[in-house]
Amino acid sequence: MSEPGDDLTRKILRALETDARRGPRQIALLTGLSEAQAADAIAALERRGIIRAYRAAIDWGRVEPERVVAFIDVSVTPQRDVGFDQVAARIYRHPEVRSVHLVSGGHDLRVVVEGRTMHEVAAFVGEKLAPIEHVTATNTHFQLRAYKEDGLILTEEPTDDDRLAVTP
Amino acid sequence: MKLAAHVQAIPPSGIRRLFDVVAQMDDVISLGVGEPDFGTAWRVREAAIYGLERGRTSYTGNSGLLELRQAVSAALRGRYDLVYDPDAEVLIAVGVSEALDLALRALLDPGDEVLVPQPCYVAYPPCVALAGGVAVAVGTRAAEGFVPAAAALEAAVTPRTRAILLNYPSNPTGAVPDEAALRAIAAVAARHDLVVISDEIYDRLAYDAPHVAFAGLPGMRERTLLLNGFSKTYGMTGWRVGYAAGPEPLIAAMTKIHQYTALCASRPAQEAAIEALRTPDCAVQAMVDEYDGRRRVIVSGLNRIGLPCHLPRGAFYAFPSIAGTGLSATEFAERLLVEARVAVAPGDAFGVGGEGHIRCAYATGLPKIEEALARMERFLAGLPGFVPGRAAAARG
Ligand SMILES: Cc1ncc(COP(=O)(O)O)c(C=O)c1O
Repeated sequence: MSEPGDDLTRKILRALETDARRGPRQIALLTGLSEAQAADAIAALERRGIIRAYRAAIDWGRVEPERVVAFIDVSVTPQRDVGFDQVAARIYRHPEVRSVHLVSGGHDLRVVVEGRTMHEVAAFVGEKLAPIEHVTATNTHFQLRAYKEDGLILTEEPTDDDRLAVTP
Repeated sequence: MKLAAHVQAIPPSGIRRLFDVVAQMDDVISLGVGEPDFGTAWRVREAAIYGLERGRTSYTGNSGLLELRQAVSAALRGRYDLVYDPDAEVLIAVGVSEALDLALRALLDPGDEVLVPQPCYVAYPPCVALAGGVAVAVGTRAAEGFVPAAAALEAAVTPRTRAILLNYPSNPTGAVPDEAALRAIAAVAARHDLVVISDEIYDRLAYDAPHVAFAGLPGMRERTLLLNGFSKTYGMTGWRVGYAAGPEPLIAAMTKIHQYTALCASRPAQEAAIEALRTPDCAVQAMVDEYDGRRRVIVSGLNRIGLPCHLPRGAFYAFPSIAGTGLSATEFAERLLVEARVAVAPGDAFGVGGEGHIRCAYATGLPKIEEALARMERFLAGLPGFVPGRAAAARG
């Protein structure tokens, strides 16, 4: 029925990306599918691994103001046959690591690490990350403030809707 | 103070009265708002800010910034294959509102008639009257998707008829005629040598088929004035900028009035409008998809709670029947507001054929739409004698 990349699939995905709590009934309403068709389409997207998880977007800074996030540029000597993958795997398997990307530019891997204190993150970098074989250098940037994450602006209070209540 | 009789003769807006009530209440969910909940995109706001920083605050030429007229001309060519000379056939105005006023004043001698299919945008009949003309209502019906029959239009033509005023997709009904129906209207215009003023401000909000520009129909370009703007597509209602594109003599006459009454549209708004026209299609499409989803939710919800509603094909309004409640549209809207805290616009405010209906705008996020539907359902449950599903009596 729906194929990845077609219009309908994109609509379903966008609707779930906006609000992961939407169930098949709501997705059906939004897209004009029947409820059963919507449920099937969602199940297929889950099965194919296109929908990876359903989760809440949380502004942790308001819950744990002391929490520390660090962006670490990692330089790596790539290995025959496996390139950067093996080193990346060594890094991303640590639960403290929130994301790992291979990037172009002056460094190879961009790693985001989270911890409860500065000390904890520093220890992670010094004891776990830097010593990994083939890692040649790390450059750590501590986050000072989060403005926007995953498309959500975190700094602004939601603006009031100042439209008049009834307009022509 | 003595005021002009023709101004005093214009009845107060049916929507305004409701607005005064809403203003004193809180916790109201409004389905009464005829403007997008998507604010102006940041890139557009930024363009205006840059313009201000560079001191671009002076008057522009009467017709508007040439760069904006060129961008409008290019957009119409790209979207509808319509060619307008930016120098002589495009006028930038203070919204579609001003462009419409200019057109009517340029076209009408006292007593000239304008055919206005109704229900229609609230401003049309008063604007015709203020320009010295007579708005002749041509009723449309829910059963026919609120599309006017060409025969009904033709039957209303008199020797004084000068123009037909169309608005598709429609505020308040969401109606979009198919191309055959538009061609039938075009034939009436041609037979009786009428000008067609086509307010296409909701052109991008056509959900089921690509929008058909009236001027693009065979033989219509020379007798059509195309009105469009930035308020709806780009969330720019407060900027006050729009445009008219049409035959040179009409644009010249409108420009003559505009230069003495408005001088030019707001400069920062014109700068912003240039940037708005650069909005990538995918961004507009994402907004259209969002409205489309809400449209399905609100229409199925209204039908489920017993207010029959056709699926509107455009704009962001649903126009359900409230005939089953036994209340007039105004009574319904006032009681719904006071008892259930949901604001809607009473259908009779939109002229002939609007009584027995309410207009529910879905330019509001889904959670609010769903809460409004739940409140309306409770309100209906408390109405003695409510007959779910009864449609409005047909009227011509
Ligand atoms: C059909 C129609 N025409 C014109 C307007 C006003 O447009 P503008 O903001 O460009 O003056 C509206 C606004 O509600 C409308 O619905």
